[in-house]
Amino acid sequence: MISANLPALQVVVPLVAAPLCVLLHRSILAWAFATLVCWTVFAIAIALLVQVGASGPISYELGGWAVPWGIEYRVDSVNVFVLLIVSGIAALVLPYARASVDAEVPREKHAMFYAMMLLTITGLLGITITGDAFNVFVFLEISSLSSYALISMGRDRRALTAAYQYLVTGTIGATFILLGIGFLYMVTGTLNMLDLADRLAGQSESGTVQAAFAFLTVGIGLKLAMFPLHLWLPNAYTYAPSAVTVLLAATATKVAVYMFLRFAFTVFGAPFAFEEMQVGYVLMPLAIIAMFVASIAAIFQDDIKRMFAYSSIAQVGYMMLGISFATTLGLTGGIVHLFNHALMKGAMFMCLGAVFLRYGSVHIDTLQGLGRRMPLTFAALVVAGLSLIGVPGTVGFISKLYLVRAALDVGWWPIAALVLLSSLLAIIYVWRVVEIVYMRPALVDHSGNDFGKGEAPPLVLVPMLLLAGACIYFGLSTDLSVGVAANAAAALLGGGP
Amino acid sequence: MSASLTITLTMAVPLIGAVLVGLTGRWPNLREAVTVVTAVVLFFLVVSLLTPLQEGVSQQEIWFTVVPGIDLAFDVEPLGMLFGLIASFLWIPTSFYAFGYMRAHKEENQTRFYACFAIAIGCAMGIAFASNLFTLFIFYELLTLSTFPLVTHSGTDEARRAGRTYLGILLGTSIALQLLAIIWTWTLSGTLDFAPGGILRNHASDATIGVLLALYVFGIGKAAVMPFHRWLPAAMVAPTPVSALLHAVAVVKAGVFTVLKVTIYVFGVDVLHDLGSSRLMMYAAAITLVLASLIALRQDNLKRRLAYSTVSQLSYIVLGAMLATSAGITGGAMHIATHAFGKITLFFCAGAIIVAAHKTEVSQLDGIGRTMPFTMAAFLIGSLSIIGLPPMAGLWSKWYLLLGTYQAGDYVLLGALLVGSLLSAGYLLPVVVRAFFRQPAGIAVGGAGAARAGINEAPMACVIPLLVTAAGCIVLFLWPQPLYQLVRTLGGG
Repeated sequence: MISANLPALQVVVPLVAAPLCVLLHRSILAWAFATLVCWTVFAIAIALLVQVGASGPISYELGGWAVPWGIEYRVDSVNVFVLLIVSGIAALVLPYARASVDAEVPREKHAMFYAMMLLTITGLLGITITGDAFNVFVFLEISSLSSYALISMGRDRRALTAAYQYLVTGTIGATFILLGIGFLYMVTGTLNMLDLADRLAGQSESGTVQAAFAFLTVGIGLKLAMFPLHLWLPNAYTYAPSAVTVLLAATATKVAVYMFLRFAFTVFGAPFAFEEMQVGYVLMPLAIIAMFVASIAAIFQDDIKRMFAYSSIAQVGYMMLGISFATTLGLTGGIVHLFNHALMKGAMFMCLGAVFLRYGSVHIDTLQGLGRRMPLTFAALVVAGLSLIGVPGTVGFISKLYLVRAALDVGWWPIAALVLLSSLLAIIYVWRVVEIVYMRPALVDHSGNDFGKGEAPPLVLVPMLLLAGACIYFGLSTDLSVGVAANAAAALLGGGP
Repeated sequence: MSASLTITLTMAVPLIGAVLVGLTGRWPNLREAVTVVTAVVLFFLVVSLLTPLQEGVSQQEIWFTVVPGIDLAFDVEPLGMLFGLIASFLWIPTSFYAFGYMRAHKEENQTRFYACFAIAIGCAMGIAFASNLFTLFIFYELLTLSTFPLVTHSGTDEARRAGRTYLGILLGTSIALQLLAIIWTWTLSGTLDFAPGGILRNHASDATIGVLLALYVFGIGKAAVMPFHRWLPAAMVAPTPVSALLHAVAVVKAGVFTVLKVTIYVFGVDVLHDLGSSRLMMYAAAITLVLASLIALRQDNLKRRLAYSTVSQLSYIVLGAMLATSAGITGGAMHIATHAFGKITLFFCAGAIIVAAHKTEVSQLDGIGRTMPFTMAAFLIGSLSIIGLPPMAGLWSKWYLLLGTYQAGDYVLLGALLVGSLLSAGYLLPVVVRAFFRQPAGIAVGGAGAARAGINEAPMACVIPLLVTAAGCIVLFLWPQPLYQLVRTLGGG
């Protein structure tokens, strides 16, 4: 019974839990409950992964309404991977969140905060799991609205403007997506993705379909912070509470990338998107510009959270670059980077959160000489940084390996060279942090005391170290990450999900 | 003990050593004992791999598959054996030397120093025994990262700047050029395993191979072919034991070793021999060789002078590899060994002078041979070996390299090698001449009594290692056969 309803439970459990969180009211209860829910959700995702691995794609009719009239939840090798990333990160972020929320969010808002966290996760999981185009929009709104609220809870007053900025851009993006879906409905009279794919076949000449594709690409581009639609991201990541930054950086853009994959490859189909609409030639230059411009911008940031927010824009560039090849290797690279980047940025922002917790700032001057005071935290940061650079033995290397192979495979060696050259920019900004942290004397306060020693509490440390460890583990053992990504790439290019 | 386990141990033992060094940091004597025991155990482990190699027993060891088609795998072949033997053997005298040097100098953070040192040696072993390009590349990068704290050991602004240059050039070239070449090789040939005769034959056009060759030669930044050589002089801010073992032996030899390895097992000697564009690389090496020697002439800082000398000598090996003839490869491989003994001796001497006399510039060394006769005698031996004069080991490798250029009929290259050797005499011998034949500074002419200052050598822990390595230069001259036998088969001759 339960195993048959897993696809629904994946979304319903956190959705129902969110209001309960508010009812629990007391901070610790709400936190404990939300953590429990996230672990349950993670367990469901693992169960789904096993099921899909054993018996192929699962189609679930919500409420028993037959497809294509009812809403279909569809779990296949592509989105089960994303479900795993989202729920896995959520399961690590929630334990981590406790300390940082205590420090950064007013006490009376705690229950609300955890409820919003659960809603964001619900939305992200919903976008991923659903097989219904309109349902995507609904969940997109759930996740977006709740994440605007979460960002606005940051301690800095600029969090409010950051949230507002994100709200405006996010809404424009969502509107574009809705318009795109509306156009599709106009042409086909259906909202089910597979049904859409069937009915769109042979309609590639239709201006409405082409307009729908354009609206969807731009709308999703806004959500995934594709250059030059990325302006909301640095502020949102910088001023949000630490735990929120971790969650958003590791999952939100990834789900948006998935959304693009789903529409471009499943609904419209690769031949339409990449041959008739030539979207590859739009994405590729933008992706490459993002890789360079955002990395260069990162070099000049003094707020480290902001530095790695810019780095995220560059990393999204790598994902989109892989996708823009529309070959198996390229897609594998893009999708595996989706997973790998979630690990490294998750670890990175968790480290910064730990520093913020102890010192109240992540400005580069605060970090001076902290390498000795928080050795584990900064060891994790170095590992995550090396992953960003793409040093062999870390996950970043695996991503670069596939992206460069994909470029060489189609004979575009200048692109391969550009991918590697842009990694050099990552060396510069990562090493700027490393030097400050390890090679400067630590700051002392006015009376000559230092600001105290010691690491963040264990609940902060353990998830961070787990993610940092994963950066190395999945850099050496790629059976899971590359294996699943290669399957997903094959499924996306092979037509239906 | 099975051979394959031994390979794993050559990397595991230094790592365990590093951990133990970290744990025993509070008791310096115990910590030093751990380093020595680790070094000795490692050397015997490497030696124990020699017999199976000579008997032709396969010692392959696969750890696991990283992505389909790429394993983390190790094997023993003659060139790797040579590199492994040299690095692990020289670690023993360097350890003793380091104790003397670091204590006399009252350096801080010695525990971190010894731990990183051990890790770096472990990485060098990984490079020596890697059986495919991917594995080699992993350890190549780890070696860069593990030596970074050693280069920036003093933590001064100068060290920080040097560290930036060091990391920037080494990581930069390896990621932007070498990694591109590796992935390209993989795309073309479908494998990265080292195979005698190469893996690129029939998989790529001559033009592609030419581009790949350039990517490898310049991308292997540790080989310090100009214009990517600046990291090596920069690395001289490190404590002298680091300059001696890592920046005269392990790190730089890892670079030229990789060049040789790529030449022999990726391109294949025959393929390269027939390729016109390899000549361009020879000239790049020849230019480096002469220019670096000229720069060395003008350096007053002794360690920097030696660093530029290393840049120059490394290009001898690169040139030998690019000749892709039996004599060239043999000469290049032998030069790895002979230059190692010569240059480590010179660095030991430079460090001993710093410890005993606190002098770093060549111009300060007038008459220092009177107070430090053993050190300066060793310096003479090392210098002669680098120049390539008998009765020193350097003769043999230069002999084969000259033979290689002669056989290739390229008298410009031949001339470059000879000029390089003459220049090396020009920047090394004046140091010895100053030390023995000039009046010490600060002693008034005719100031009797003060001239007899007596012998003031560095601590025994410093002097004995440098005498050992100097003796090594002579031993390898008298008995070069084992060395020659080991590398003889490499050139496919």
